[in-house]
Amino acid sequence: MLHIVNKSPFENRTLENCLRVIVHEEGAALLLTEDGVYAATKGNIAENSLKAVMGKIKVYALWPDLEARGMQDRVIDGIKLVDYGGFVDLVAEHRNNQSWL
Amino acid sequence: MTEATGGIDFEDEGSGIVKKFMFVNRKAPYGTIYALEGLEVVLISAAFDQDVSLVFLDDGVYQIVKGQHTKAIDVKNFSPTYRALEGYDIEKLYVLKESLEERGLTVDDLLVDVQVLDAAGMAKLMAEQDVVLSF
Repeated sequence: MLHIVNKSPFENRTLENCLRVIVHEEGAALLLTEDGVYAATKGNIAENSLKAVMGKIKVYALWPDLEARGMQDRVIDGIKLVDYGGFVDLVAEHRNNQSWL
Repeated sequence: MTEATGGIDFEDEGSGIVKKFMFVNRKAPYGTIYALEGLEVVLISAAFDQDVSLVFLDDGVYQIVKGQHTKAIDVKNFSPTYRALEGYDIEKLYVLKESLEERGLTVDDLLVDVQVLDAAGMAKLMAEQDVVLSF
């Protein structure tokens, strides 16, 4: 299942709330978009929580959103970057998806 | 096609494909419109004879807390509607255990009967759905 988070980890607990559920799902994927991409950057408040789950779930970040925010050179190692085409592929590859609004 | 359905063909009852629909509620009831709008969509979905589940996560559990009185804020109290869902054959209601606990709530504080799931149970239930709609 593909999970999408679009909120900054500094703004609220959406990412943490998402992670604690999806870490139990084998084959889960997480895509960070919009302000959610700040969580994909080195030294941010959620870095350790993300690294802790990266062995279990796949983590992606949307490149255009990273680039728009000037964060493209700070991405945590192991997070895969996708463009809009890659976003569509992720949606198509997974059985279903959930946006953690 | 018939005039009664506005020219739209409807399958005979029971002959259509039944999919697993999940509505994920993650917002408190009155601060934003999400909860009310989500509930409206759930009620609409009841007309289509699908396999519907409702889950309440995070602040979403506040939607089904007993004792809501909204007169003083001049907003419709829609919480009694959750109790009516049973009448529409929507009986699969789930709550995340952690979300209840971190708010100091128990199932006795809720106005509907729910199944309490831990995070692992919730992840499993979510992953097996055909369609997930988030509010």
